Amino acid sequence: MLRLLTAPLVLTVLVMQSIRLALGQIWANKTRSALTTIGIVIGVASVTAVIASLTGLKAKVLKDFETLGTNKIYVNPDWPREGRFRNFNWRVIRFRPEQFDGLLERCPSISNFTMMTNRSKKVSYGIHSIDNARISGINPSWHEIENRSVILGRPFTLMDEENGWQVCLITPAVRDELRLDLDCIGKRIIIDRRSYRIVGVVETRVESGMFGQMGDSKEVFIPFPTAWRLWDPWMYIIAACRKPELSQEAQAELKFFLRQTRHLQPDDPDTFRMDVIEEYLKQFNTMAATMTAIAGGVVGISLLVGGVGIMNIMLVSVSERTREIGLRKAVGARPSAILLQFLVESVVLCLFGGLMGIGIGQGLTTLISKIPNAHFLSMAYIPLWAIGISFGFAGSVGVFFGMFPAIKAARLDPIEALRHE
Amino acid sequence: MSMMPTSRDDVVIRLSGVARTYKVGVESIHALKGVDLELRRNEYVAIMGPSGSGKSTLMNILGCLDRCTSGTYELDGRDTTRLSSAGLARVRNAQIGFVFQAFELLPRLNAIKNVELPLIYAGGEGWLNRKARARETLTKVGLGERMKHRPNQLSGGEKQRVAIARALVNRPSILLADEPTGNLDTRTSLDIMALFEQLHQEGQTIIMVTHEDDIAHHAKRIVRMRDGRIVADELTGSNRQIATVAPAT
Ligand SMILES: Nc1ncnc2c1ncn2[C@@H]1O[C@H](COP(=O)(O)OP(=O)(O)O)[C@@H](O)[C@H]1O
Ligand SMILES: [Mg+2]
Repeated sequence: MLRLLTAPLVLTVLVMQSIRLALGQIWANKTRSALTTIGIVIGVASVTAVIASLTGLKAKVLKDFETLGTNKIYVNPDWPREGRFRNFNWRVIRFRPEQFDGLLERCPSISNFTMMTNRSKKVSYGIHSIDNARISGINPSWHEIENRSVILGRPFTLMDEENGWQVCLITPAVRDELRLDLDCIGKRIIIDRRSYRIVGVVETRVESGMFGQMGDSKEVFIPFPTAWRLWDPWMYIIAACRKPELSQEAQAELKFFLRQTRHLQPDDPDTFRMDVIEEYLKQFNTMAATMTAIAGGVVGISLLVGGVGIMNIMLVSVSERTREIGLRKAVGARPSAILLQFLVESVVLCLFGGLMGIGIGQGLTTLISKIPNAHFLSMAYIPLWAIGISFGFAGSVGVFFGMFPAIKAARLDPIEALRHE
Repeated sequence: MSMMPTSRDDVVIRLSGVARTYKVGVESIHALKGVDLELRRNEYVAIMGPSGSGKSTLMNILGCLDRCTSGTYELDGRDTTRLSSAGLARVRNAQIGFVFQAFELLPRLNAIKNVELPLIYAGGEGWLNRKARARETLTKVGLGERMKHRPNQLSGGEKQRVAIARALVNRPSILLADEPTGNLDTRTSLDIMALFEQLHQEGQTIIMVTHEDDIAHHAKRIVRMRDGRIVADELTGSNRQIATVAPAT
C-alpha cells in the first residue's frame, strides 16, 4: 500500500537524482561534454539566430507597412495572360489621365486618389547636380494620401495643375546636395533642361527598410499634368479607401469603373492590376514561413549530426560505467530505473547544449542587429517560443539518440556488468 | 532431514536440484550439477571449496543475480525461478543484501549515499526514511563518524563496512557475502568477522563464501563444495553436538 503511494515520489526522486548525477557527470568531463554537444550547440545557435532575424525582419516589415498605410490600393496597368490585349503595345495598355475622370463620384468607398509617375533624371542648380534624382509627378491629393508634410513653403494646389506651372517640391536631401540655401523657396532648379521654381520642401520619406529604393531620399515632385505633358509617361494611381475594412469593396468599385473607362468587353480579362499592402504582407508571411522551414531543415541536419555525437558519448559512458550499472542492478535497480538514469543523462546533456546554443544564438542576434547597412535586421530578437522550440528539439534529440545506449545499459546482465573491468 | 525440529516457516532458502551450465562457444561448463540446500532463519553458514568449485555461481543464484539452468529456488517460501528481470530486481532490493569481495562502492558518492542506494529503488517505508535508515545502519557497522567520506578516503575495512551497511539497509532476509575478507588483511578480516557475529546474534541470516578455514569457523555451519556439488554439510565447534546434517547426495 505504502509502496503504491510512494511510487510517484520514488520516480520523481529517481529523476532528480539522475539529473544530479548527470550534471556531476557533465562537470567531471567538461571538455568531453562541450565537444560532444557542439553539434547541438551549433544547431540551436543557428536556429535561434535565423528565427531571431526573421522575427526582426517581420516586425520591421509590419512597422513599414503601418507607415505605408494599410488603406492604400495601388493600381497599375497590366497585360492579361490571355485575350486580345495579351500582346498589345504598352501605349495601348497604359493608363491615361482621362480614364480616371469621375472616379471619386463613381467609387464611394474611395476617399481620394493620386495619379503617379516616376522618372529618374538629372537635377541641377548652378554647378551642382544630382544625376539620378527621383522625379515624381503627383496630384495635390498625394500629400494627404502619403501623409507627408511640407516643412517649408507650401504643398501643391489645384492652381499649380490648372495653370500648368513649372513648380516643384524637393526633399531636404536634394536641397543639401544642390547646396541650396536653407530657405530655398523661389529658387529655380533645372530638370531635363527645363527650369522649375521650388515652392516647398517635403519631409524625407519615413525610412521604409526593404521597400525603399536606393537614393530614395533624393526626391523631386512636379505637378502630374506637367509631367504628363512633357514626358507622355507610364502612369499608375494610388487610391485610398475610406477605411481599411472597405478595401475589398473599394477594389470592386475600382474594377467596375476601370473596365468601363477602358472600354473592356464583358469577356475581356482585366488590363490592370490592383495591389494592396495586405497582399504583400501575406506574401511576406509565406516567404518567412518558407525560410523558417528551410532553416529548420538545416538545423534538423545539424541536430541529427549532434544526436549521433550524443549517442556515441552515451555509449562510451555506458561502457565506462558498466560496473556502476551492475552494482545498481545488484542492489535492486530495475531495468526501467537504469533506462531512466541514462535517458535523463542524455537529455540533460542535450539541454545543456541547447542552453549554450541559445546563449550563442543570442550573441549572434545581437551582432546581426548591429550590422551596419542592414537596417531591416535591427529589430532582430529571439522570441520566447523559439527558446521553447530549441529546448524541445534538444530534449527530443536527447531522448531519441539516448534511447539506444540507455536500452543497452538497462539490458546489461548484473553479473557480467560487475565482472567488467 | 535435520534432527532439529523445524517448522516450514523457518526455512528461508530451499534449493532443489539446482544446476547452472555456462555455454562458452560450443562447450558447456557445468558449474553447478544439482545442488540441494535448505537454510533456516538466523543460520550462519560458510560455503567452502577449492577455486572453481562453483561457490560464486551458487551465491549469484542465491542472490538472484543469476538464474539456474534447471531446478528450483524458493526464497521465503516463494519460487523465484519464474520471475521477470524486474521481479528479480525487486527481490534483490527487498530480500537480499549482497557483499562483494571488491566492495563495489560507487566512487563519486560518499558513504551515506552509497548506503542509501538500495532504498532509492525501494519505495515504501524504507524509501521515506532512507536518510535516517542509512545513518542508523552506518552507525551499527561502526562508521557513525565516516558518513561523509568518499570511498577513496576510507580504508579497505571501512569500505567493506560501508558495503555491509548498504547490504543491510533494506533489512534483507539474507545477507550474502562472497569472500568478504578476500581483499582484507588478517586484522581487518577479524573485525569484519566480529561484525558478522554481532549481526548473527541480532538474528540476521548470513551466508558467506570463503576459502580460509579460520574465517569459515566463525560460521555455525560449513557447506563444502567440489566440482559443482555439495560434498559436506556440517556444524562447527560446539554446534556439532546439537545437530547433524544429512550428507550431500
Ligand atoms: N560467466 C562464466 N562463463 C563461463 N564459465 C564460468 C562463468 N562463471 C564461472 N564459470 C566457470 O564455472 C566454474 C565455477 O566458477 P565459480 O562459481 O566462479 O567458482 P568459485 O567461486 O568456487 O571459484 C568455473 O569452472 C568457472 O570457470
Ligand atoms: Mg568465487
